[in-house]
Amino acid sequence: MKCSEFLNELTSYLDGVLDEKTKVELENHLSWCHNCYVVCDTTKKTIEIYRDSQLYELPEDLRSRLRSAIMTKCLQHKKRGPQSV
Amino acid sequence: MGAIQNKLEGPVSEELALVRAAKRGDDAAFEELVRRYDRNVFRIAQHITQNREDAEDVVQEAFLKAYGNLAKFQEQSKFYTWLVRIAVNEALMKLRRRKPERTVSLDEDIKTEDDSLPREIADWSPNPEQQYTQAELREILSKTIQGLPPGFRTVFVLRDVEGLSTEETAAALELSVPAVKSRLLRARLQLRERLGRYFQRREGENGKAGARDGDIKNGDVASGDGNQ
Repeated sequence: MKCSEFLNELTSYLDGVLDEKTKVELENHLSWCHNCYVVCDTTKKTIEIYRDSQLYELPEDLRSRLRSAIMTKCLQHKKRGPQSV
Repeated sequence: MGAIQNKLEGPVSEELALVRAAKRGDDAAFEELVRRYDRNVFRIAQHITQNREDAEDVVQEAFLKAYGNLAKFQEQSKFYTWLVRIAVNEALMKLRRRKPERTVSLDEDIKTEDDSLPREIADWSPNPEQQYTQAELREILSKTIQGLPPGFRTVFVLRDVEGLSTEETAAALELSVPAVKSRLLRARLQLRERLGRYFQRREGENGKAGARDGDIKNGDVASGDGNQ
């Protein structure tokens, strides 16, 4: 496997959807190509860091306010009829 | 190196039961759907609009629209996927209003040349996120993802942060599966490269985290990546 081929398969590899044969070829490539190993490892870390980051969490007080505003508007909509959305 | 698992595997039948109850006029069932997905919709909206007030508006508008159009929901996809599609559209509309000088669409950033091949292949420190406080890390992650074009960051957020499948992401964004895959790869590689500026292994670092000599307070983050 060449480096460019590794890159084409990287997303499928990280998502765990690569067929067994390609996976073996890719892992063989990673065992000797340090650059691709680093790209693979740091891309995986990138995904994990974003996934675990709790970026843009909705605070509970704002959450309650939004939910009650949503339900109030929904009920108003129900009273007025379907043309109001 | 193992695969990364998607985290959103909700019980679909329970969701469908709530949707059907809501369709029959059970508002408590709809409120339960709001409770179930409001955090996700807020995150997605804030990632796209990069603005807290806009994200709050999007949450309200998306759920209100879902409520008003519930009868039209055909139950051929998950309710959540349908809701995400509504929320993404609302968020993009907000973005267009805020940036009227630019046409914001999910198709704007397709380039034929391969501009996302890694150029910098420096390794990262082990546990790089531990070099920063939570607040510093959030600022780094937020600024870094803001630098991606909306079409890239939306795909990344749906797939990698919210855990939608490639097919669900394609359905929610009305894109083809190959388009989602291509954008996801580019988004992941661009984020990796940009984060490398903060997380690179320092000279002389022997594998122990915490040996930072730079600090994001020195304006590193504020000077940013330049927007697109």
